[in-house]
Amino acid sequence: MANGQKVVPIGGPPSDVEHLKQESNYLRGSLVETLQNRVTGGMSELDNRLMKFHGSYMQDDRDLRNERQKQKLEPAYQFMLRVVTPGGVATPEQWLEIDKLAQKFGNGTIKLTTRQAFQLHGVLKWNLKQTIRQVNEAMLTTLAACGDVNRNVMCNPNPEQSDVHEEVHKWAKELTTHLAPKTPAYHEIWLDGEKLDKNLKIKPKGEAGAKAAKVSAAAHDKAGKHGAATAVAEAPVNGADPVEPMYGPVYLPRKFKIGIAVPPSNDIDVYSQDLGYIAIVEKGKLVGFNVTVGGGMGMTHGDTSTYPQLGRLIGFCKPDQILELAEKTITIQRDYGNRSVRKNARFKYTIDRHGLEWFVSELHERLGWELAPARPFTFERSGDTYGWSKNKNGKWNFTMYINSGRVVDTEGNMLMTGLREIAKIHTGDFRLSANQNLVLGNISAQKKKQVAALLEQYGISEGSHHSAIRRSALSCVALPTCGLAMAEAERYLPTLLGKLEPVLEEAGLRDEEINIRMTGCPNGCARPALGEIAFIGKSPGKYNMYMGAGFSGDRLSKLYRENIGETEIIDTLKPILHHYASEREQNEHFGDFVIRAGYVKAVASGLDFHS
Amino acid sequence: MQLKVTNSPFSEEQAALLNTLLPTLTGTQVQWLNGFLAFYGGGTGVTPIENGLTAAPDIAAASSVLAAAPGAAAIAEAVQVQAGAPREATVLFGSQTGNSQRLAGRLADKLKALGFEVTLSAMNVYKPANLKKTAHLFIVASTHGEGDPPDNALPFYEFLYSKRASGLEGLKYSVLALGDTSYEFFCKTGRDFDERLAELGAERIADRVECDLDFEEPASLWFGKVLDAVQASVAGGAAVASQAVSAPAADSQGTENLYSRTNPFRAEVLTTINLNGRGSDRETRHLELSLEGSGLSYQPGDCVGIYPENDPALVDAIIAQMNWKPNEIVLPERQGEDATLRGALLRHFEITVLTRPLLEKAQSYSADGRLAELLKPENKDELRSYVNGRDLLDLLQDFGPWTLPAGAVTTVLRKLPPRLYSIASSNKANPDEVHLTIRKVEYESHGRKRGGVCSVQVSERLEAGDTLPLFIQENPNFKLPADPSTPVIMIGPGTGVAPFRAFLEEREELGSEGKTWLFYGDRHFVTDFLYQTDWQRMLNSGALSKLEVAFSRDSEEKVYVQHRMLEHAAELYGWLQEGAHIYVCGDEKHMAHDVHKALLTIVEQQGGLDSEAAAAYVAELQATQRYQRDVY
Repeated sequence: MANGQKVVPIGGPPSDVEHLKQESNYLRGSLVETLQNRVTGGMSELDNRLMKFHGSYMQDDRDLRNERQKQKLEPAYQFMLRVVTPGGVATPEQWLEIDKLAQKFGNGTIKLTTRQAFQLHGVLKWNLKQTIRQVNEAMLTTLAACGDVNRNVMCNPNPEQSDVHEEVHKWAKELTTHLAPKTPAYHEIWLDGEKLDKNLKIKPKGEAGAKAAKVSAAAHDKAGKHGAATAVAEAPVNGADPVEPMYGPVYLPRKFKIGIAVPPSNDIDVYSQDLGYIAIVEKGKLVGFNVTVGGGMGMTHGDTSTYPQLGRLIGFCKPDQILELAEKTITIQRDYGNRSVRKNARFKYTIDRHGLEWFVSELHERLGWELAPARPFTFERSGDTYGWSKNKNGKWNFTMYINSGRVVDTEGNMLMTGLREIAKIHTGDFRLSANQNLVLGNISAQKKKQVAALLEQYGISEGSHHSAIRRSALSCVALPTCGLAMAEAERYLPTLLGKLEPVLEEAGLRDEEINIRMTGCPNGCARPALGEIAFIGKSPGKYNMYMGAGFSGDRLSKLYRENIGETEIIDTLKPILHHYASEREQNEHFGDFVIRAGYVKAVASGLDFHS
Repeated sequence: MQLKVTNSPFSEEQAALLNTLLPTLTGTQVQWLNGFLAFYGGGTGVTPIENGLTAAPDIAAASSVLAAAPGAAAIAEAVQVQAGAPREATVLFGSQTGNSQRLAGRLADKLKALGFEVTLSAMNVYKPANLKKTAHLFIVASTHGEGDPPDNALPFYEFLYSKRASGLEGLKYSVLALGDTSYEFFCKTGRDFDERLAELGAERIADRVECDLDFEEPASLWFGKVLDAVQASVAGGAAVASQAVSAPAADSQGTENLYSRTNPFRAEVLTTINLNGRGSDRETRHLELSLEGSGLSYQPGDCVGIYPENDPALVDAIIAQMNWKPNEIVLPERQGEDATLRGALLRHFEITVLTRPLLEKAQSYSADGRLAELLKPENKDELRSYVNGRDLLDLLQDFGPWTLPAGAVTTVLRKLPPRLYSIASSNKANPDEVHLTIRKVEYESHGRKRGGVCSVQVSERLEAGDTLPLFIQENPNFKLPADPSTPVIMIGPGTGVAPFRAFLEEREELGSEGKTWLFYGDRHFVTDFLYQTDWQRMLNSGALSKLEVAFSRDSEEKVYVQHRMLEHAAELYGWLQEGAHIYVCGDEKHMAHDVHKALLTIVEQQGGLDSEAAAAYVAELQATQRYQRDVY
């Protein structure tokens, strides 16, 4: 009720997914029965929706779909399993466990995601339970890795600022724990009711809980029949839900993403987050965080009511205020987000619909205190810095380029084996970067030589032999496993880069970092709207090409060419790259140049993305 | 009786030639010609002899009269009943695939045509007490696996070897044994019946005839001997040679259809699909074949026999090994037939299996004394180990030099037998089509890659548009219950699931209400789940009520169908108590045995019975046709 004005949630009849969540009894659904069905390796769309909250969803090998249909075989259903890794930090023991599971139950590779999580692909339904169990035994979880809840909290690995990083990472972990769903369903289904993560205060479901859930579900149904505006407004219980005090029985309208950046690096793309924190370090001490809200990448082709958006800076808070701030922000989205149309349900649309001013005042009201004015900061880049670096604590880090975040052994590059061998002797940690790269962190001076020898032995380098564009490129998984993909990404981007490299070489730009990003669909997992050059898949072999995002992730890209294939991509980019090479100003990034040169207009807000 | 255009399939000219020739023939000549014609019929191609004159062997037996006019009137006209003789006979069969049953039926028809009162019965439904009331007993029995009686022969076999069987003096009998010389215990069941009946005092009136896979010719000879003997018997020992007649209607299939085992239909391949997904170590073909224009039809549970072709590479290797000429003519030349050596080795003779008779015949052409040595009775074990996993090429390589001329292959080698496959489709659901499920058999032995003749041909050399010579082989011992509301339990891992696709398609097509429960298993869920989407559709439509699957290589502990049966013991027993029929199809050696054991365990535990009572319960299921198996 900001400024005395009554702001009404958008309303509309709840979407199918809302009904499903309502009826799922806090994410249980019929998953137990579904897992026991041996006749299919898949599950119904409804169960699959619920599976996301448990950190997994069903995929199939789309390369084999038609062939298998002829063979009277169902699609090659398999599950992607995402492991929540706050800030992307894992112990060597955890690395070994994930490696083991990838070999035993996955497709023999580990995917490091653009949100610093581990991803296993190709897990069969019958192996899900054991895999999830072993993930939990390694003190990791898959709970809330996907679904309409807060996702893996990102944070800058920032190895050089070891003391600050440690503190920031601690907050990333605390946010993850604090915002995790509290339903016992996860433990019931996967861990036979056991409680392994001591941070999650979960009690077995009691009588009271079940009853309350039913009452609340009934209330929601009733509200649904009244339809329109009130339906969704009533869904969240006023902090009274006995099972999910924060989320309520229907959780959030859509996913919710939080990331913490530590300037000058904006590697986590803070402006792409629903809720972003920018660490403010003064005199070497973490004094608090600037707060951004309402960023997000996803959109739908051909629907201008959907668009990528940048988070907006709303103020500053102290470190010990960030949990409460996140919780209250989430409850506002819970109460005001669009539960009728899923593609308009992200937090960015809630804010753009009602205005930033409304949001800040609603937030202040719920917090009972006000944010301080934002503090000054500077971002310089969003990419990673490769190679060896030394911490203030005297330990060493090694940052290596990983092609599309895919840890796999290939001929001449025994990456997966090498990392396994390193994990066996490593006493520091493994840090997954937001750019799908990997940092071997906190290597003791004594171990440095041994680690370096293993890197050499297995042909693992920091990636300096690759061109700068290759090292800063980002792609999502796309085909063959992602159900949303309209075109290739991970499998094709290296080929396209191979064709661009001679052009760059010719133009003398081999060592110029230009952020190139490619996704198979406009959902935007590789954050293409923040790529200086970006490709979003339209159909097999065809992409929309975007340009002009800020090098440090502070400006969106703009559509430049629609529906073009490889030849047109090269033909289009070649003169622009030559133009850039000859007429750029000192230290001028490609994204800035294409705007100055008039190729595209600058997009400072998602609302101008389509204009 | 004279052959005319109206009462025979011959042209006027042919009939005239035959009418001139036939009355001049001596008995020996007829017999010789009969054998020649049987071979000339050859198992492939269109031959008027075996269809128009199924009775040819019987003519030999009768030695003078030739009755070729089909239909009951002709039979009645020809039959001359002898006064005073007890014309009564019992024909029993023990059959796994239906061959014995079919041959028994043919003998019964011939006996009826002679005016006999005939009891034709499967051994498991025959009351052994009636043995004492019958004058003549004729047995047709096949041998299964390692010398075992077929399922429906077991109760009778056990009875004969029990103390209850005795005093069969006065019973006259003869046995026709079916088998396969590539097995060590060739024709053992028939031999056992023959010897046991003699021990029990019965009188053998015609010697036992043992048939290899190519049974038509010896079976016809046996019919002749039996009919001669039985007439001598009813005439009080006096030889009767004049009034026997043949019964053209004897082979019911022969009259219904132009096409049969001896005259296969060349069916066009409509579709051939590998049912195993990528990454599987197996290859299983789903074949859809057109029966259009053949007049052939089938029931769920029936089989298709395919006449395959040998691997051309193996044929060429054999020819090269012997320095033979591939184009040398070795078969009687007939229109449209390849009479060359290469053609004969490709399509007419078995070259992938070694048998004792083959080695014995070949031995006289070998200069290597070790072959004769190997064939000595005391070297039985060495012989068995030698033939195991070896083929004709090995033999030719191992025991040269040879004086074997190319033409001799027609006498040394066994005819290429047809391969039987359980039909995987319902005729009602797929008019004019038949579907088969054929898994490629491939293995390495003695340093060379080898494979199943038919399965490799189908997997590697058969495309849509090609044709396959085939016939329908009825299998009366594997049939859905007559009452469509009777629950059905089906256990068919691997390609054993084929007939159950036919069963379920049939029940789906008929809208049958009865419950159905399928147990399926293979190695890997992702790649080896044969007909997965068919089952899923049938589960949705209700044609299939329940489906249990076991994939042995997906978990650390191997899980098989029998484990799933045991997991559902109470419910499975409940179905049996409701009158369910239970069917097992597939591997005989391990699976069928393990499933049988599981069934006994379930009945014992759930029924609260001791092991003897459980065995009796299961035996009763078998005797009442509620437990049927099609195992191989």
